[in-house]
Amino acid sequence: MIITVASGKGGTGKTTVAVGLALSLAESAKPAGPLCLDCDVEEPNAALFLHPTIQERREVGQLVPEVDAEKCTACGRCAEVCQYHAIAVVGEKVLVFPELCHGCGSCTLNCPTEAIREVLHVTGTVERGRSGPVEFAQGTMNVGEPMAVPIIRQLKRWVLPPGDGDRPIILDASPGTACPVVESMRGADFVLLVTEPTPFGLHDLRLAVEVARDELGLPVGVVVNRDGVGDRGVDAYCAAEGIPILMRIPHDRRIAEAYSEGISLLQALPEYRQQFLDLYTAIEKLAAETKE
Amino acid sequence: MKQLVILSGKGGTGKTTVAAALAHLASREFPIVLADADVDAANLELVLDPAKQETQDFTGGKSAVIDPAECTACGVCYDVCRFEAVIPGDEAYRVDSLACEGCAACHYQCPANAIRMEEQRDGQWFRSDTRFGPLFHAHLFAGQENSGKLVTLVKQQARLLGQDTGAALLVVDGPPGIGCPVISASSGMDLALHVVEPTVSGMHDLERILATTDHFGVQSLVAINKADLNPARSDGIAAFCAERGVELVGRIPYDTVVTEAMVQGRPVTEHTDGPVTEALRDVWEQVKKRLLLDGVGGER
Repeated sequence: MIITVASGKGGTGKTTVAVGLALSLAESAKPAGPLCLDCDVEEPNAALFLHPTIQERREVGQLVPEVDAEKCTACGRCAEVCQYHAIAVVGEKVLVFPELCHGCGSCTLNCPTEAIREVLHVTGTVERGRSGPVEFAQGTMNVGEPMAVPIIRQLKRWVLPPGDGDRPIILDASPGTACPVVESMRGADFVLLVTEPTPFGLHDLRLAVEVARDELGLPVGVVVNRDGVGDRGVDAYCAAEGIPILMRIPHDRRIAEAYSEGISLLQALPEYRQQFLDLYTAIEKLAAETKE
Repeated sequence: MKQLVILSGKGGTGKTTVAAALAHLASREFPIVLADADVDAANLELVLDPAKQETQDFTGGKSAVIDPAECTACGVCYDVCRFEAVIPGDEAYRVDSLACEGCAACHYQCPANAIRMEEQRDGQWFRSDTRFGPLFHAHLFAGQENSGKLVTLVKQQARLLGQDTGAALLVVDGPPGIGCPVISASSGMDLALHVVEPTVSGMHDLERILATTDHFGVQSLVAINKADLNPARSDGIAAFCAERGVELVGRIPYDTVVTEAMVQGRPVTEHTDGPVTEALRDVWEQVKKRLLLDGVGGER
């Protein structure tokens, strides 16, 4: 059971909810403990609340072309087929721009003299470890690198078990609705959208619903965080669209203060545990209904 | 024309609130141009009441399309695609355009020449009038790539108009994160103002966004939003800034008037006088001093 926690707007409480779910489920002694993946590789924050012990670390990145000058005839075919302008032939020399390369391998396939091999251009790291019964993994993109998607893709390939299974797997996505968020949602059984009841929250929630439900065809549900601030727009929208509001976390200064210190919601206010368990049960039910 | 970008690393720290307030305050002193560089979740328009003057399509990239009549279902495209974008079928294969990165590897390898590359309409961009000046903003369609390209386009348009009309300042509301849209938003800017919240996450993310703007040679200032939520963490951020030689230009208090103003669809500084507005006025004075009087960056 893979749940992606996303939001559209940043700072609505994705990490609070993802960590809260993982910790609540950890205590309920499922056959295997939950797995929590921080897919916000640009600004990963879940570890600040879970304090995992990292057991394994790998460098990840893009496969970029390396040209063997002996075999290269400077014919220019590689530059011609590259859609990203990541390879250029200047006179007899071939120049490669790793930060533009998407690692598609088309240049390698098209080189008539087999002069190209691909080498790893490191753009980040992936790590896995444990925080008590919670298995944890995260990706971190190196500063100055533009592309988050390959890191998220490799993180998922590395730690996600093949096939379904009952084990709760929770992915914490980045804000926004562009390609890194899509990569974090792809393959999920359910997308949980955390929003706040404000015009900004609503505006970006609509966009997130467009991606998760309309483009990817995934079942969605909403958590309203800081409930009580702002206006009733989110409630009206969810009612009109038939999107279930599965949990409400009231606006509470104690939660904000605990968050500011890196203290998880469950640690600060243990009474939320049952609400998270109920949330998980509701998600399981909705995901199962969609499968049927 | 000077160019200022509002960034944060972490999402939801108040970039748009600060950008709208600075736009309001700056526009009372001289002509400005605005750009919303958060193209996949653009919010600046929600507090500026823009009147759209121009709408343009944005075609950022291409996607592979398989002609089912020509496809022999040989599976070569599936084998060469590294983005899991090819969906096998008994009679013809298909391409998931959301997963396709437009690399054209399948197009070149298809033995039946059944695959063509089609330009994709990835989004739209707009030129609008607001009461503070022209606003350039955009909407990247759900789940699309090329947000960096669209950010660059929006900024370029804003810059051109600003230069033509003699605007003194371009204010860019940036996206969260540190990846491609952020790099596009910061490139060529005279100054970045980082809006940070006094939390462990805020601090962690500030270090990464500062490293990013440093990497691309953009000077930085920091403002703490909701500073009184955790005064000790705010002091920690102030100490970090001092140590790193980055100027801290303000501590904005937490106040429900910020959300009230958002609900009213106005910048908070226009909505009310009070501690938040006072703090933002101070931030603006410091930004202005740094930007216009100390002469950071060069004339472009």
